[in-house]
Amino acid sequence: MDKKHKVSDLQSHTGVEVMRCYQCGKCTAGCVLASDMNYPPSYLMRLLQTGTKENYDKILHSNSIWLCLNCENCLGRCPMEIDIPKMMDYLRTRSISENKMHPDSKPIIAFHRSFLDSIKHTGRLYEVGLIAAFKSRTFRFAQDLNIAPMMYLKGKLHLLPEKIKDRRHMKRIFAQTIENAKTETK
Amino acid sequence: MKIGFYPGCSLTGSSREYNESVVAVAKALEIDLVELKDWNCCGATAAHSMNEELSLSLPARIMALAEEQGLKEIVVPCAACYNRLKVTQHELEDQPKRNRVAEILQMPYKGDLKIINVLQLLEAYGTENIKARITQPFAHKVACYYGCLLVRPHAILKFDRVEDPQSMDALIQVIGGTTMDWAFKTECCGGGFSVSRTDLVVKLSGNILKDASDRGAEALIVACPMCQSNLDMRRGAINKTLDSPIDIPVIYITQAIGLALGIGAKELGLKRHFVTVEL
Ligand code: SF4
Ligand code: SF4
Ligand code: SF4
Ligand code: SF4
Repeated sequence: MDKKHKVSDLQSHTGVEVMRCYQCGKCTAGCVLASDMNYPPSYLMRLLQTGTKENYDKILHSNSIWLCLNCENCLGRCPMEIDIPKMMDYLRTRSISENKMHPDSKPIIAFHRSFLDSIKHTGRLYEVGLIAAFKSRTFRFAQDLNIAPMMYLKGKLHLLPEKIKDRRHMKRIFAQTIENAKTETK
Repeated sequence: MKIGFYPGCSLTGSSREYNESVVAVAKALEIDLVELKDWNCCGATAAHSMNEELSLSLPARIMALAEEQGLKEIVVPCAACYNRLKVTQHELEDQPKRNRVAEILQMPYKGDLKIINVLQLLEAYGTENIKARITQPFAHKVACYYGCLLVRPHAILKFDRVEDPQSMDALIQVIGGTTMDWAFKTECCGGGFSVSRTDLVVKLSGNILKDASDRGAEALIVACPMCQSNLDMRRGAINKTLDSPIDIPVIYITQAIGLALGIGAKELGLKRHFVTVEL
């Protein structure tokens, strides 16, 4: 019974009934990153349909859930309106809480965290700070060195962050959500 | 004509020229844009990928501020922000979620703000207006690129046709341009991975540029700052992966309209592009 349990959790959290997928392959045909994924979206659906723990773990360990851009193309074209992007959101959460993240997730999560740090402190995105934080998290020091000077010359970079007035409100929002252990954070 | 305006972070930084052209065109069309006071970032993909409550609260604060400031309608030129605001408004129709977000924000939230993108703004308040004011017809053959966030998910956004949208094409035709059928109108450029997986963005954006260029487009027209920066600022890296480099510029719909209305290239921010614009 435990075998089916994880898939039914997924179904109750996302409202996606995996058995409704009839493997037409339209989602994979339209997914721009299918060829870079360990399992393209329709294959991932098939793995879920088997309901085995082994296959579920394969998904949590895969790069597919991290490479998904949530571009919604698959959902838009699926004849059964299966919400794959919503499933991907859920599977990413599971992958983090079970500590099964594929190495490809590292730069992606580092970017998201750097991005959110910037908003938390100023209320707005500060691009220079974002890139600096991303570099220090990933040790990719050469990142964007080639385009930064040009951006500066074209007037596209602020040297100082823009700050909103009610920064306390931002702190409160973060404290109540992503920093609150009771809410599910990836 | 008075309307609320939420620029979003990209428009104050790396996509300043989008902001400049929106403001210039609105002024020419006598649309009075009232910038939302003390607005915050919508959180984009980062919040959405990391924490659901955060991803709802950040856009909800923006909408609650608009309500507080007496705005009935706001225009959101950034496709990513437009998508986040619309999707959040839809999600908050669910009462428990709405209660939770109100508790986090400690602000009243009604949820009846009208949110429109720049194409809808121009369609609703401009078509006739624009026609009447054209001084230099935009006589170019272009590919209109909508990207993904402007049209999907269709069930929530209910804007234009999901596979073959037409609103931008129609605006280009109004100013005397020629548009084309092509294969990548709504294909994703890799947006959110611009920094974390530049390699993938270069690949996806390269495919988009190549199709447009093969079909003889003189320019790509966009309505999303992230699409624009991927296709423009990453062009050097994209061209390294192609057999022959592509030099067609990527301009905003508001820049194209601005040119037709006789607004100067500098005022429209056309000097800020990486790929030189000669249209
Ligand atoms: S498009 Fe829908 S039904 Fe077809 S394979 Fe993909 S998920 Fe299954
Ligand atoms: S949402 Fe994800 S899985 Fe679906 S088409 Fe886009 S990238 Fe592929
Ligand atoms: S799109 Fe991005 S940068 Fe712009 S406001 Fe939204 S989150 Fe901030
Ligand atoms: S930037 Fe790319 S990912 Fe974002 S909306 Fe535009 S096409 Fe889609």
